[in-house]
Formats: sequence, structure tokens, C-alpha cells
Amino acid sequence: MARVVVDVMLKPEILDPQGQAVANALPRLGVTDVSSVRIGRRIEIEFAGEPDLDRAREIADKLLANPVIEDFSIKVEDDAKAEVA
Amino acid sequence: MRIGVVTFPGSLDDGDAARAVRLAGADAVRLWHGDADLHGVDAVVLPGGFSYGDALRCGAIARFAPVMESLIDAARGGLPVLGICNGFQILCEAHLLPGALTRNQHLHFRNRDQWLRVESADTAWTNSFETGQEILIPVKNGEGCYVADQRTLDALEAEGRVVARYIRGNPNGSQRDIAAVTNEAGNVVGIMPHPEHAVEALTGPSLDGLGFFTSVLRALAGASAGASHAGGHQ
Repeated sequence: MARVVVDVMLKPEILDPQGQAVANALPRLGVTDVSSVRIGRRIEIEFAGEPDLDRAREIADKLLANPVIEDFSIKVEDDAKAEVA
Repeated sequence: MRIGVVTFPGSLDDGDAARAVRLAGADAVRLWHGDADLHGVDAVVLPGGFSYGDALRCGAIARFAPVMESLIDAARGGLPVLGICNGFQILCEAHLLPGALTRNQHLHFRNRDQWLRVESADTAWTNSFETGQEILIPVKNGEGCYVADQRTLDALEAEGRVVARYIRGNPNGSQRDIAAVTNEAGNVVGIMPHPEHAVEALTGPSLDGLGFFTSVLRALAGASAGASHAGGHQ
């Protein structure tokens, strides 16, 4: 399986109002021991041949993440080899 | 003067932007996202809406449209470009303007008439205003919260590149109440509220929006006069 997974997260200093809304809703579920929730995006890229991490990084850097507000990490799903951009 | 108005799939305000251009006294030239040819226009408006359905991030896909490849080069060469709402988001995604537009801090879509203070009348799109002038134009966005790192914000302030600020209430949580910014040269402006919706008494809260479109005509007239006399300046 030639699948590369890109995880995109807001940079720590960027406010995440969606995450805050979720965190604020947790007490209604009876959950009171969560201090923070942040929401990101997982993107799965299927390559026709071998997974190409360099190509995936280029895609992530140019399109999938906005470097002004987001960080991303890339991994090949099979062997769980992860690297942070 | 010929002012281009780009239509992307999902653009909503291209018709109003073209109308505002005509009311200001210029010819509106409709440009298509899939056509890299700018057809010799003197300036370009990127209108509001939801280009490509806001897939991934607002403006992220539009930034790679064929028309944008030409427009990015032309803007770096001095072509006046105004991005309104989604157009502002596209200009940030294209790195023609610093910062980014994110979800409104309160998570609600805001649609109301909004007071702004013009902070810089030194751009191609705001020279018809006085610095400090207060204007009323509609704002309507769900992802209009302007963010940038503190160093960028400080630089924008120091260089006079904050073009307009929200006053009497910040509708989306934008940092430092920023509603509009410009690039270093002052030819590219992004604004979240909608000047093209405030150009006629029948439909707008004021006629204040017209000033953005008359400004660019003045800038272009000044540039061509300058070019014929002294080699131009912008």
C-alpha cells in the first residue's frame, strides 16, 4: 500500500475556536478532566507506485498546509515511519 | 481604463464587483479562472464568494488557478489588484499579502453593515479617501479573522500597511482589528468587508465603497501621466 498520511495542525500560537467549542462541550458529556482540545486535518495520499515522501512533502508544503498558520507532519502509513516537517 | 473581475467556480460577488467598476467609470472585463490570459487589463478585482467550495482552506485551490499564475506575476510587477473577502483569502494563500484569514473567533457567520477607519490612503485602492476617514460598508464572512505573527503585525503597523481597521465592534476577532492590508508597493490590497456592496443608495448602506474603485482609476491615471512625464512612479 503506497499511502502517505499528512497531518495538518494549527500552529500552537494560533487560536483554535473549533477546538475550544469542543472542549467547552465536554462537561456536558460528564468529562471534566480535559484541559484543551485542538482540531487538525488528516490527509491520505495514495501514490500509484512507491510512496514518495519528497513529493508528499512538496504537496503538503505548497497546498495542504498554510505555513503561516499551520504545521504538518508526514508518515508512510505501513511502517509508521514518521518525520516532522 | 479596463478593470478585470475574475470569476472562479463559487464566486458570488463578481457581478457586483463588475457593476461597481462600471459605476466608478471604468470598463469591467470579466476574466475566467481557467484562462491564464489577463486580456491586457489595467487592474484586477478578485471578488468574494466561495471559490472551489472553500475546499481545504478558503482560497487554497483558487490560488493555483491558471489565471492566478499570470496574476501573481503581474501583481509583483505593479498591477493593481484588489481582493475582497474570498479574494483577500486568495491573495494571502498566494503569498501576495502576509497573514491568513481563519474561522471567526466566535464561530458565527457575520453579516452586517460595518464601520471601518481608513488607516492608509497611500494605496492604489484607497487614495480617494482621507487617512482616518470613517466609512460604512457591509461585512459578511465566516472566516474573516485576520491572523499573523506578532513580528509581521508590528511590521505592517510600522510600514503603514494596515489599510483599514474595524471600529465600533470587531466582527470576527481579527488581530488588531485589521480589516484590510496592502503589500509593500501598495498596489495589492486585501479587504474583508465588501466595498462593491456600498456603491448605490438603493442597495447599500452608503456610497463609501465606490472610493476603492475610483481610487484605482486615479492611481492608473497618475501612473500613466507620470510615465509620460517623468518615467512613472508606482
